[in-house]
Amino acid sequence: MTCLPASTERKLGLVIDLDTCVGCQACVTSCKEWNTGGHMAPLTDIDPYGGRPDGVWFNRVHSYEHVTEAGGRTVHFPRSCLHCEEPACVTVCPTGASYKRTSDGIVLVDEDKCIGCKLCSWACPYGAREFDTDVGVMKKCTLCVDRIYNDNIAPEDRVPACVAACPTSARHFGDLGDPDSAISQLVAERGGVELMPELGYKPTNRYLPPRARTENGAKAAAPALETLKAEGGFLGWVDRMLS
Amino acid sequence: MHPAYSVIFFTTATGAGYGLLACLGLWGGLGLIDAGFWFRFISLGLALGLISAGLLSSAAHLGRPERAWRAFSQWRSSWLSREGVAAMATFVPAGLFSAGWALLGKDGGWVAAMGLLSAIGATVTVSTTGMIYASLKPIVQWSSRFTLPVYLIFAAMTGGVLFNALLSLFGLASTPVLALAFALTVVGWSWKVATWRHNDALGIGTTLNSATGLKGGEVRSIEWPHTEENYLLKEMGFRIARKHGARLRLIAQIFAFGLPLALLAAAFWLSGPVWLAAVLSIAAATAQLAGMLVERWLFFAEAKHVVTLYYGR
Repeated sequence: MTCLPASTERKLGLVIDLDTCVGCQACVTSCKEWNTGGHMAPLTDIDPYGGRPDGVWFNRVHSYEHVTEAGGRTVHFPRSCLHCEEPACVTVCPTGASYKRTSDGIVLVDEDKCIGCKLCSWACPYGAREFDTDVGVMKKCTLCVDRIYNDNIAPEDRVPACVAACPTSARHFGDLGDPDSAISQLVAERGGVELMPELGYKPTNRYLPPRARTENGAKAAAPALETLKAEGGFLGWVDRMLS
Repeated sequence: MHPAYSVIFFTTATGAGYGLLACLGLWGGLGLIDAGFWFRFISLGLALGLISAGLLSSAAHLGRPERAWRAFSQWRSSWLSREGVAAMATFVPAGLFSAGWALLGKDGGWVAAMGLLSAIGATVTVSTTGMIYASLKPIVQWSSRFTLPVYLIFAAMTGGVLFNALLSLFGLASTPVLALAFALTVVGWSWKVATWRHNDALGIGTTLNSATGLKGGEVRSIEWPHTEENYLLKEMGFRIARKHGARLRLIAQIFAFGLPLALLAAAFWLSGPVWLAAVLSIAAATAQLAGMLVERWLFFAEAKHVVTLYYGR
């Protein structure tokens, strides 16, 4: 059913730290690698080695320059499904292919029911849904529903592929509906924000803003490796003789 | 938004078809037209043909058309599903009306009731089409109070002008219908100009700041996640050159409103032979449908989806 559940038992989602994301694209490739064989497989590529490559990806990393009075800063920004509490992509679906799970709040597409009308992608302001022109159905992030409950992989690996891949631990996974969960604590501590709150989609995922600037960082002018003052003693005499 | 030809044809054709069906249902059912079999057969055939061709075109736009039947299931939440249900439901009274009015040649009684139900079904179906667009919050040009009325007004306008042309063609010209077609075209023109004025003055509340959660200052896109255009940019990131936009608005206004008004006025004032009024009325309907295709193309091409903010557009 495309009517939304009044509430979900859990609100599984991601928290992305814009302070530590270095834009390495590891989450992007890891997501593609897992999901092209996962629940919503394949993530079709069109003309992958040609001049106009295109294809389905669930996770895209943008790079922005954020210019404020304090100066400019490069911010890498991973963008994927936010598993909203009010996902219009689900309610607009005419077939019941799109649904939000009552148990954990994950938004999924039943590919066997999707007619490929693309209306859900129009209804999503975050660009989370990408159409697979080859299969003729819509695809989206599954929050790695086939990893997080997977008894066949080690417990520490039961997180979304993007979270497992992040080398700077900029991506966190957990229950954002439980205020005592580690991920909710992190959001509270760092002042995590939701994207486009004015549209009323109530996204589950949160983004942690970059930390304030400090003066502790590396200085542009590094100290010289050699002292410029002439050395005295024997080595100084050798230096003068050889110069 | 990408202007898909199938959807442009679908919304224009079904709009005119439902408008004409509503006119025939009301005028025909109540016995206000003293028409013979051929007028009834051809005009209803045109209305139902436009509706059916439009619906088939919309199905062709799907990625998996063979599963289109599934779209009737989610009418509780989805305007697209409601549109499908309303379109199919309208075929029931429209079919009975066709049988009674066109094939059996009856007026009044149950035929009038079926005609009225056809007109109601047509109005409901066109409203659901308008609501599909009006309910999409990420596209500010569509999620406005102008969208639903524009679909209803244009359906009535194109249907009314077509109805007038058919009446003239069969020598059944009616001054009230001609006046109605003229008035609806004036209303349509005014509403479209008001819509364009509203959209041009529109401030988009969503910015790249709120889209990224980065507060204050200015956020500039310095690198896309991909080198080539992806689905999002092809589907949602369609952009129209400003000079073409202005020219196309002019072309749409000339064909959809200006020319039909002039031709309808000429059909009214010129005291020439009957065939001249018929030619003018048919020309008005043809020009208007051509103009509506341009208008509908602009409806998509000028709509900006907020996802394009992520790409610095």
